[in-house]
Amino acid sequence: MDADLIVLVLFAAIKTGTPLLLIALGEVICEKSGILNLGQEGMMLMGAVVGFIAAYSTGNAGFGVLAAMLMGSFMSLIFGVLVLHLGANQVATGLALTIFGTGLSAFIGSDFVGHTVQGFQPIAIPLLSKIPYLGEILFNHDILVYLSFVLAVIIAYVANKTRIGLVLKAVGENPHAANAIGIKVLRVRYLAIMFGGAMTGLAGSYMSLVYTPMWAENMTAGRGWIALALVVFASWRVGRIMLGAYLFGFASIMHLVLQGLGVDISSNLLAMMPYVATVIVMVIISADQFKEKLLAPRSLGKPFDPRHMA
Amino acid sequence: MAETLKKRHLIPRIELANITKQYPGCLANDNVSLTLMPGEIHALLGENGAGKSTLVKTIYGVVAPDSGDIIWDGKAVEIKSPSIARDLGIGMVFQHFSLFETLTVSQNIELCLSKKQLIAIGDLAKKITELSKEYGLDVNPNRYVHSLSIGERQRVEIMRCLVQSVKLLILDEPTSVLTPQEVSGLFEVLRTLAKEGCSILFISHKLHEVTEICQQATILRGGKVVDTCEPSKETPASIAKMMVGDLAEQDAGYSKKVGTHTVFEAKSLTLPAKHPFGTSLKNINFDLKAGEILGIAGVAGNGQDELMAIISGEDDRNVNNTLTFLSQSIGNLSAGGRRKLGMAYVPEERLGRGAVPDMSLTENTLLTHSEGFVKNGLVQWQSLKNYANTLISHYKIKCHGEFSEAKSLSGGNLQKFIMGREIGQNPKVLICAHPTWGVDVGAALAIHQALLELRDQGAAILLVSEDIDELFLLADRMGAVCDGYLSPVIKTEDATIDQIGQWMAGTFIDTSSQHPEEAIA
Repeated sequence: MDADLIVLVLFAAIKTGTPLLLIALGEVICEKSGILNLGQEGMMLMGAVVGFIAAYSTGNAGFGVLAAMLMGSFMSLIFGVLVLHLGANQVATGLALTIFGTGLSAFIGSDFVGHTVQGFQPIAIPLLSKIPYLGEILFNHDILVYLSFVLAVIIAYVANKTRIGLVLKAVGENPHAANAIGIKVLRVRYLAIMFGGAMTGLAGSYMSLVYTPMWAENMTAGRGWIALALVVFASWRVGRIMLGAYLFGFASIMHLVLQGLGVDISSNLLAMMPYVATVIVMVIISADQFKEKLLAPRSLGKPFDPRHMA
Repeated sequence: MAETLKKRHLIPRIELANITKQYPGCLANDNVSLTLMPGEIHALLGENGAGKSTLVKTIYGVVAPDSGDIIWDGKAVEIKSPSIARDLGIGMVFQHFSLFETLTVSQNIELCLSKKQLIAIGDLAKKITELSKEYGLDVNPNRYVHSLSIGERQRVEIMRCLVQSVKLLILDEPTSVLTPQEVSGLFEVLRTLAKEGCSILFISHKLHEVTEICQQATILRGGKVVDTCEPSKETPASIAKMMVGDLAEQDAGYSKKVGTHTVFEAKSLTLPAKHPFGTSLKNINFDLKAGEILGIAGVAGNGQDELMAIISGEDDRNVNNTLTFLSQSIGNLSAGGRRKLGMAYVPEERLGRGAVPDMSLTENTLLTHSEGFVKNGLVQWQSLKNYANTLISHYKIKCHGEFSEAKSLSGGNLQKFIMGREIGQNPKVLICAHPTWGVDVGAALAIHQALLELRDQGAAILLVSEDIDELFLLADRMGAVCDGYLSPVIKTEDATIDQIGQWMAGTFIDTSSQHPEEAIA
């Protein structure tokens, strides 16, 4: 295996990991506020199709991204109303959102299958991209990848260093106590859910505008689910989410690499690598219940309705 | 100067005028009026459901009253939210603490402050340390709350109010979770605060504390103010009478018994905690004798929950030879298996563990009484209903009928039902956690009598309670738990409150006697 191939593989791992990273960054904020949104896959597909249609119709990929983010937050707003206002079960509602998004995206996208758009082109960052190896791996991407780097830093900073992060953590740990000291729990949760939706929409548009600049039914192929696992894998820490996203991205392209090297393994077996990795990581993490409980938001998935308090 | 000072003292800190709050099916506050002067420590008394909590939540802006006025420092105000209350200078220490366990002390305090306040304070950690020294509240700003004891957590809550220069401090049953030594420490702090002009509104069930520290008392019953008094001029008995009306039969103490033979035994029970905020049990030894009540005192969170779970079988880890029932090892039996042998269990948590909230009393009866009421796999509903009705009438449980859902009952009535259900199985061993926690005086009396009756019939009873008075009243022998260790067990006649209080604080723990493997764990 020569250096060029390694560079190529790592470059591709970052590209493949980016949609996972975007979703997981949104979901971690959502989960820190105590809400588990399993609708990622559906929201991502809706983001992908709406982003593609908008970019195709206007000829501007930027509009596509914007439309996808709006669509993602609109989908998550539906989830928010059901879960926060009507007290629906978070798991069931999230699953419904996924099924709904999968079906609806196939329906509205049926006329656009087979078309392509002019997506984002790679931008080599001056100077940085000239660094041997590293420059090619990190600084020769399209704008959305750079955006994901910036967002990861901002989100890590906000979650760990600011009052917003403190409020978020408080709401996710003990909403009753947060309510009692005057934090508007529902407002915080709505915002967190909608932020998560926008990030997932963004990830969807990355799929249909950058990764494979076209629309195909169910094109996200379970990435929404992997991203959900990624949040647990990273034990709700942004730094680890970034690392995990690229690791999962690497696992997804492993089968291409090995085939290129002429290793004789069924591509079907290799294609399931990221899923196997997810299962193994989940098992390892769950085995240490002690740690899991300290790290997980303690009220994750539990409903809270201030109107029902005596 | 003297003139303004005098004037300031004439204006009440807070005046509640005709506060009324109607909940569906319950008039929680009915024309309640109350006045607090600066520097006054005022007790708010009443049985459960008398409307105390609703009233303080109204003051703190959590509950909006239907009608009535609040006058603060001579001006009418509308307190729409806790943040408005805090801006006025009202602080509240909740009964169930409103702290965040995964945050540090100073982060917890920071969350309660507005940006303006934070800027005014500057270095929050320094301010906390200063206030700690000033008031003798020992609080380290950098520690994580989950590592603090209950007493320390309460100090954090009080600190949270102090940081905002509080003018009215509301404490909801502050002493129910403290050791006697911690209680006297708390009272010192409250007295210092009052001397500086802070008004204190103090909710408590423990009447001797009220007579000790409060200058004024307002007594609520059924949402109405039924009486006011100066506690220093009253006795606990006379105040109790005002609280419950004429029903109060102050318990005169019951006779103590000596048990006959050992029914249940725990031998060197050692068990690591199951979750990060739990307590590990360390080498616990005790026995339960027929016809005797063993009382275990302790501040919440010192291993009581873990002990109850492993004895009842709810914690399903195999502790084979450490637990014996009539010389049969039961460490590997399930909770159901232990019940079949004749062990009954009244957990601390009534809704969710003692009873299923959405099921009727009849169905809840069936849960632990399956043997007699199931024939050939079919439930004998008629006889089950009759039995549930017998429980309701025997224990005077207030409910609509045997079809009422468990969650529709008040805490005290549900507790009477659960106690009755468990006692109705004629258990050989009854394990019972906090049987009268949050229960009013009348229901507590009924529960006490039911326990003593069961003891006199020859059952062995393990009573875990945070209420020391209750343990002295009921237990024949007693000990205390601290940090997962059990103190020596002595006869109640030989025990003093001071002794038990010290055991609750862990003075009996001799670190040198630990097994080496425990020291590592």
